Amino acid sequence: MTHTKDADQGTGESNNGEHLRRHTISVLVENKFGAFNRVAGMFAAKGYNIDSLSVGPTEEEAISRMTIVTRGDDQIIEQITKQLNKLIDTIKVVDLTFENFVERELVLVKVQATQSSRSEIMQIAEIFRAKVIDISPKSLTLEATGSQQKVDAIIKMLKPFGIKELARTGRVALKREFQGEV
Amino acid sequence: MSAHKVTATQKQGNRMMTGAEIFVRCLIAEGVEVVFGYPGGATIGIYDALVDLSDIKHVLVRHEQGATHAAEGYAKATGKPGVVLVTSGPGATNTVTGIADAFMDSIPIVVFTGQVPLKLIGNDAFQEADIVGITRPITKHNYLVRDVRELARTIKEAFYIATTGRPGPVLVDLPKDVMAQKGLFEYPEKVELRSYKPVTEGHPRQIKKAADLINAAKRPVLYVGGGVIQSNASDELRKLAGILQCPVTTTLHGLGAYPENDPLALGMLGMHGTWYSNVAVQYCDVLIAVGARFDDRVTGKVEAFAAEAKKIHIDIDPSAISKNVKVDVPIVGDVKSVLKKLIESVQPLDTKDWLATIEQWKREHPLRYRSGEAIRAQYVIQKLGEITGGNAIVVTDVGQHQMWTAQFFHWVHPRSHITSGGLGTMGFSLPAAMGASFGRQDLPVISISGDGGFQMNSQEMATIVEHKLPVKIFVINNGFLGMVRQWQELFWRRRYSHVGLHNPDFVKLAEAYGCTAYRVRQSSEVEEVIRKALAHKDGPVFVEFVVVQEDNVYPMIPAGQTVNEIIDVPEPVTKASDGAPEDALMTVAKGQHISTTKEIQQ
Ligand SMILES: Cc1cc2nc3c(=O)[nH]c(=O)nc-3n(C[C@H](O)[C@H](O)[C@H](O)COP(=O)(O)OP(=O)(O)OC[C@H]3O[C@@H](n4cnc5c(N)ncnc54)[C@H](O)[C@@H]3O)c2cc1C
Ligand SMILES: Cc1ncc(C[n+]2csc(CCOP(=O)(O)OP(=O)(O)O)c2C)c(N)n1
Ligand SMILES: [Mg+2]
Repeated sequence: MTHTKDADQGTGESNNGEHLRRHTISVLVENKFGAFNRVAGMFAAKGYNIDSLSVGPTEEEAISRMTIVTRGDDQIIEQITKQLNKLIDTIKVVDLTFENFVERELVLVKVQATQSSRSEIMQIAEIFRAKVIDISPKSLTLEATGSQQKVDAIIKMLKPFGIKELARTGRVALKREFQGEV
Repeated sequence: MSAHKVTATQKQGNRMMTGAEIFVRCLIAEGVEVVFGYPGGATIGIYDALVDLSDIKHVLVRHEQGATHAAEGYAKATGKPGVVLVTSGPGATNTVTGIADAFMDSIPIVVFTGQVPLKLIGNDAFQEADIVGITRPITKHNYLVRDVRELARTIKEAFYIATTGRPGPVLVDLPKDVMAQKGLFEYPEKVELRSYKPVTEGHPRQIKKAADLINAAKRPVLYVGGGVIQSNASDELRKLAGILQCPVTTTLHGLGAYPENDPLALGMLGMHGTWYSNVAVQYCDVLIAVGARFDDRVTGKVEAFAAEAKKIHIDIDPSAISKNVKVDVPIVGDVKSVLKKLIESVQPLDTKDWLATIEQWKREHPLRYRSGEAIRAQYVIQKLGEITGGNAIVVTDVGQHQMWTAQFFHWVHPRSHITSGGLGTMGFSLPAAMGASFGRQDLPVISISGDGGFQMNSQEMATIVEHKLPVKIFVINNGFLGMVRQWQELFWRRRYSHVGLHNPDFVKLAEAYGCTAYRVRQSSEVEEVIRKALAHKDGPVFVEFVVVQEDNVYPMIPAGQTVNEIIDVPEPVTKASDGAPEDALMTVAKGQHISTTKEIQQ
């Protein structure tokens, strides 16, 4: 079974019990050779946490967006933002934590499914608006999208059936333009 | 650049040429005077292009580490970027220490490495090393050039990034096949990078806040670092200190930014700084940090550093601010431009009482050492300071001699002090002095090393002799890795572990390289040999000073501790009754007239 790091709590405790807040940081970088390594390497070299990191192209071909979920006290987060900004390929760094933002994650779960459990699993999928994307005599593969909490919740619900394999994308986020509820 | 170069560029305008030729023409267009390099298989094409394009001086070092340190020394002495050219694999990896050193000390150098052909990258090809990956965390930026059409722009960017904002090393990896591709040479006039725009003008609101704090200060201290020298802002600093009548302490890298013959000078602060500079920082009410980065060798225990003071921090690198010590008023910008604005917004302060207190501290706790027949390193340095009047470029290595030089030399000019501070790289001095000597002929260049560090890059003696560089090469031979020995003595119950050095005959070694060499053992010979060395005209001169073996650098604030734990020079131990004359107590206080030391001597 795949073990995933449970990063569900909005906050985490560091070893010395210090209060560490979770931040979602959106970084626009030049889509250049090595740019991703620079960001990941900076986190490793400075010993900063990464809860999740996702990267992909944006509306502009030459620019990639990285969404980094990290934890730290105010001083660490300030340094992280500054260090990200300092990288030559970085165009813009926004700590979305201080903004109203939308955040989504996608998960694929291959869950054990017997004749008897299959319908129950499909019910759960329906509640979470997840899709069945593969089926075999012994398993079902579901695709679910949502906030991190939602993704965590569906995983929790599916666990008792036996999760064979699981892949999460890590979070992607954008600043919300519409300030009301959708 | 000069007119003839522009025309040379234009003439070549629309001719196809190899990447190698484009590369050399880019360096010429950039105004590069000297390249420190070492050839190999991956750069053989570039070296071929150097045969015809001889506008550029290439210096064949004897080890690639020497090339990077030479480039650093050149950059620190001149303010212009240092340039290195080495081959792939081992040539590239040999530059790593120098690159890391330049990164820590914010020195603008551009390192060009050969690389295996693009199609072989990743194949464990002969002499392949992923130097871009290896140096990613120790460069300001680095590049792999994948197409000859990107070459000129990449080189332009590399120089731009290395020299602007917070300076630093940039590496450009040049695959062999790219350098053989043909292209047009067109060197871009300027660089536009949407992702890199260093801030140089301080924010007016922050400057106002700083001025308000300063105008209310009773016990201000200026804490001045390497950024002042990099920004060429010594004049502005003097002006500000003068208006405020504010004492000035400098970091190791700030030495020379403020003249030590000025009464406001406190000398160096930190682990081996003067007693009074550290105490002044402890008691100040406003600390004005200018181009200094609150290094742990300066702050000791962070929470206790200038704990009572409001802190202003001027730095061009936002990430340097509030990294170690939380400051009250950050100002991001270039020191020179910010100081100019600040000068307009501050008023003269009445600091008479504060300065009087400091004067008393200076009298009570000057820098001290005991000197007798056997040579003390401190004495050598003090004499060197007196004889040159500070009119020299002094390049030190790492260890006790480095700290003694920082303490006892007479620092009056910016760019007169070059050392490895952040990385603390033994072996730095000799090649860095060589680089400085290529860049500066107006002042004598003096390399000071320990007997340990000298042997880490002594091969550059050959290069120095070959080019008849007038470098004065001083080795302070105490027979020990002195700084480590000192720590073992003070903090590890004098259990000496592998710190004794079995040395070669340094004078014979220097002579074998073809260098004039002297050795002195007596204090009485020191002055004469220094004068002789300074007067030496024909190429380099080497002097070995055989000094007291076990002596310590004081004052010392043990790592991570506070000024309360400062260890000053111990009181003299009573000598055995062998009738040997007591060593004389020598004292120096920075910011007082150097002549006081002479009076004490008699
Ligand atoms: C054995 C040993 C002992 C040492 N003991 C001491 C000691 O007792 N005291 C001491 O001071 N050091 C000591 N050091 C050196 C120490 O480790 C640091 O290298 C040094 O203190 C850093 O100096 P700095 O703060 O001036 O920063 P630098 O490393 O010189 O950095 C310069 C700062 O200025 C900024 N800057 C650069 N250009 C500009 C510009 N144009 N405008 C604005 N800002 C700019 C940079 O961003 C950076 O923050 C020791 C080193 C060794 C090896
Ligand atoms: C490359 C490198 N290796 C090890 C050290 C650790 N170190 C710092 S000072 C020192 C002793 C230097 O001895 P020497 O060059 O004789 O100078 P001294 O302290 O005796 O003046 C050592 C080993 C270092 N700074 N650099
Ligand atoms: Mg020694």
